[in-house]
Amino acid sequence: MPSVIAGTGHYLPAQRLTNTMLEQRVDTSHDWIVERTGIHERRIAEPTENAVTMGVAAARQALQSANIKADDLDLIIVATTSGERAFPSVACEIQAALTENTMPAFDVAAACSGFIFALSVADQYIRNGMYEKVLVIGTDVLSRLCHPDDRNTLVLFGDGAGAVVLEASDRAGIMSTHLNSAGEFADLLGVNHLSRHSPEQLGEAWMYMKGNEVFKVAVSKLSELVVDTLAANNMQAADLDWLVPHQANLRIIKATAKKLKMPMEQVITTLEYTGNTSAASVPIALDVAIRDGRIQRGQKLLLEAFGGGFAWGSALIDY
Amino acid sequence: MSTIEERVKKIIVEQLGVKEEEVKPEASFENDLGADSLDIVELVMALEEEFETEIPDEEAEKIRTVEAAIEYVKNHSND
Repeated sequence: MPSVIAGTGHYLPAQRLTNTMLEQRVDTSHDWIVERTGIHERRIAEPTENAVTMGVAAARQALQSANIKADDLDLIIVATTSGERAFPSVACEIQAALTENTMPAFDVAAACSGFIFALSVADQYIRNGMYEKVLVIGTDVLSRLCHPDDRNTLVLFGDGAGAVVLEASDRAGIMSTHLNSAGEFADLLGVNHLSRHSPEQLGEAWMYMKGNEVFKVAVSKLSELVVDTLAANNMQAADLDWLVPHQANLRIIKATAKKLKMPMEQVITTLEYTGNTSAASVPIALDVAIRDGRIQRGQKLLLEAFGGGFAWGSALIDY
Repeated sequence: MSTIEERVKKIIVEQLGVKEEEVKPEASFENDLGADSLDIVELVMALEEEFETEIPDEEAEKIRTVEAAIEYVKNHSND
């Protein structure tokens, strides 16, 4: 059976980090950041918060809006690359906070595209008839992976979580998903694990990013992806109500919208106040626009994301 | 049929949102035409699309003026 989005939720930490505050820390300026990224501020997790606590908060909101109890879930999938442990998974820790039942719970690692990948996995399980109610969460604290002096990454990333409950239905809410990976680009964007056997390399375990090169591949791959996604569904851009893009950079978002000839009024952006929240960014943007009434039932949505791997993907949704 | 020079200039006008008369051969994208590094990346992508060619990153880094863009395309385009 196909799946529909039964409910959504999101969580953003209270602590704000503005461009002006960043000017005090590194050599940068509000205007420089806004011109190149569109970001004005981002939210930073408190020391007591992490991918698990934020994911739990977003999940509770999504379960409530779907009117589904955590005990009744068949599967929990969490998109994240910033859990505090190698194992158990963030998904297992979130499960423990939500329910005593023993449905499967696992993580999906596809960096900024993680939510789209996890949504695709969830949709496949429901289509196969194996599960009916699936909780999909994107949660990341990438601000903790940026070197405190690296102005290239520091200005981009914020923390947060978003969640969606998918449910089996007679109608196809998730119309199609499209996933791509290209591991050849691993050196352009990534974060190394701490190297336990060579502590002298500890200093290298920060995010690295070749911004201009990432930008170029992102713009060209996303342009192809959105066109292919529509073609696979025999649809035109004019049939879309909303573009819900990954919130990495306003310039990438504008280039994708331009390719679709969609006005920015039909594009959901939160990056002005969230920055790039990695796997959380698409479900946060989706939930924000559902809660403020812009996205309505029956509308067609195109979700897309691009990130480290490289990994990129899209989902066409009849909400 | 437009010349390569005219086509390159047209792309620069469209991508950078500048006036045609500003697009002089010696004009620097960054210093004279107000482009930042991402504008130049997008400009290079537009040139690649128009002239159906791949501009390697190390070559793209050298394209910093109108003249350099025209010269690159003249030497590498199949047209």
